[in-house]
Amino acid sequence: MEQKQLKRVDLIFEWDEKNTPIQVLDKTLQKTPDAIILEMIDSGLKGRGGAGFPTGLKWKFTRNEDSEVKYVICNADEGEPGTFKDREILDRVPEKIFTGMAICAYVIGAKEGYIYLRAEYNFLLKSLQQKLDKFNQQLKERQIDFSIYLRSGSGAYVCGEESALFESMEGKRGEPRNKPPYPTVAGYNSKPTVINNVETLVYTCEICRMGAEKFKALGTSDSRGSKVFSVSGDTTKPGIYELELGMPLKDFIDEFGDDDAKAVQVGGASGHCVPRKKFNDTIIGFEGIPTGGSMMIFNSSRSMYNVLHDYLEFFTEESCGQCTPCRVGCQQLLKGIEAVKKGERPPTYLEDLKKLTLTMKIAAKCGLGQSVANPFISIVDNFKEEIIY
Amino acid sequence: MTNTENFVHELAEKHGRTRNALMPILQGVVAREKYLSEEAMIAVARELDISAADVYGTATFYTFLDTVPRGRNVVRVCKTISCHMHNKDEIIRALEEQLKCKVGETTSDKKFTLLTANCLGWCHKGPVMLVNDDVYPELTPQKAIEIIQEYNRKSN
Repeated sequence: MEQKQLKRVDLIFEWDEKNTPIQVLDKTLQKTPDAIILEMIDSGLKGRGGAGFPTGLKWKFTRNEDSEVKYVICNADEGEPGTFKDREILDRVPEKIFTGMAICAYVIGAKEGYIYLRAEYNFLLKSLQQKLDKFNQQLKERQIDFSIYLRSGSGAYVCGEESALFESMEGKRGEPRNKPPYPTVAGYNSKPTVINNVETLVYTCEICRMGAEKFKALGTSDSRGSKVFSVSGDTTKPGIYELELGMPLKDFIDEFGDDDAKAVQVGGASGHCVPRKKFNDTIIGFEGIPTGGSMMIFNSSRSMYNVLHDYLEFFTEESCGQCTPCRVGCQQLLKGIEAVKKGERPPTYLEDLKKLTLTMKIAAKCGLGQSVANPFISIVDNFKEEIIY
Repeated sequence: MTNTENFVHELAEKHGRTRNALMPILQGVVAREKYLSEEAMIAVARELDISAADVYGTATFYTFLDTVPRGRNVVRVCKTISCHMHNKDEIIRALEEQLKCKVGETTSDKKFTLLTANCLGWCHKGPVMLVNDDVYPELTPQKAIEIIQEYNRKSN
């Protein structure tokens, strides 16, 4: 399989004085919307929030919708445990996010854009608003009919799910909708909407700055470009790092581990747990294990039972409660591993619980309930004795 | 009109009276009054011409939109995995001792409410807590206590 060595990249936070975001915007708006879409598709950029949908296609589908009103929304409801990259991006280079949104608005024909910021990041509101006022003014000076507004969340993880986010913006409970219709057809206010993650929007701005070719030169054929990783847990270098996609997990651990790593949770609580013996043949990218950026490292002093217990508590609290598989499933999984630990249930009960997560995977309404199987099965299969004894 | 009704009226003037304005209005009330009283929720329902049950239903979905009285300062300690690995329990214990209240409770002088929260997005600098909207990463029990004492002084 094609793979890359661990290599640091500096695109997201780099400030190019000769090509500031607003200059990139001016340059890009000289092109036709279709040309920009082609460039996005050609770049191979996939969404950086975790799901990995091709960004160019999302823009294209929304452009093709026939509607007077369309929206661009920046999903800044970063809530996946172990992820904190969007906060740094919002803090350090928000102008690149705004520019990505303005380019998208031009492509799809939107007049309004929103940034939905999680409440936990409210301390960023003031400075973001100031920078946004300046940017909106710059748009006005250029007679561009587009403005960006800020909206706050109120502490619900599930609102990072795009349709739940729309519900929240519409003043309702953040309960995910049935799909289809997808946001490109009926999103915010039931109008065609592009909703992109913070980091994705910055990459769209970067691709417009440096061209698809240079972006494509990074990463592998399935995972073009680079990605910002949030590194935490038992690491000697906690923090955020932009790395080329497609590296083996082994390289990552050699760089960031504390020489005693026994497992890495790739992709946050809803991601996969990779044990030491699989570090060598696990690729970080869409061809291997994709991630929204969360990389939590556990060394041999950690109990994987406690890790799984933490995750299940998290999901039990954050499940919106709308659909039964997720609401009841999360509760039963948590109760179930507690019962096995206490010896009230035999170890074979873990197999029943695994089946339950597979039911949740096909029956839950949104990504929250569907993805509980990822951590559950990967931790139970690889660390069964820690769960039982 | 009462103070709360007046304030809700101002918020409705500012954000508009569509359903889309509901979250900003509720957030505005919580920012000032720390929670949504029955009176506030009924006032919001009247301003937006929707049922009070809809307002209550929306409010109770969100962790940060409290519907029970809270202290003047709301402390939220992150309890998710990375902070757990970096001894958030010690921080919580120190705060419980300092504030003389348990997680979920409000101090008798109504100055502080102590809560836990799911991932606050500071996993590389845990343990971390929010006091109202302000964030305090890389906590030690001593540091957490000093921060609370500072808020205590400011609230006098």
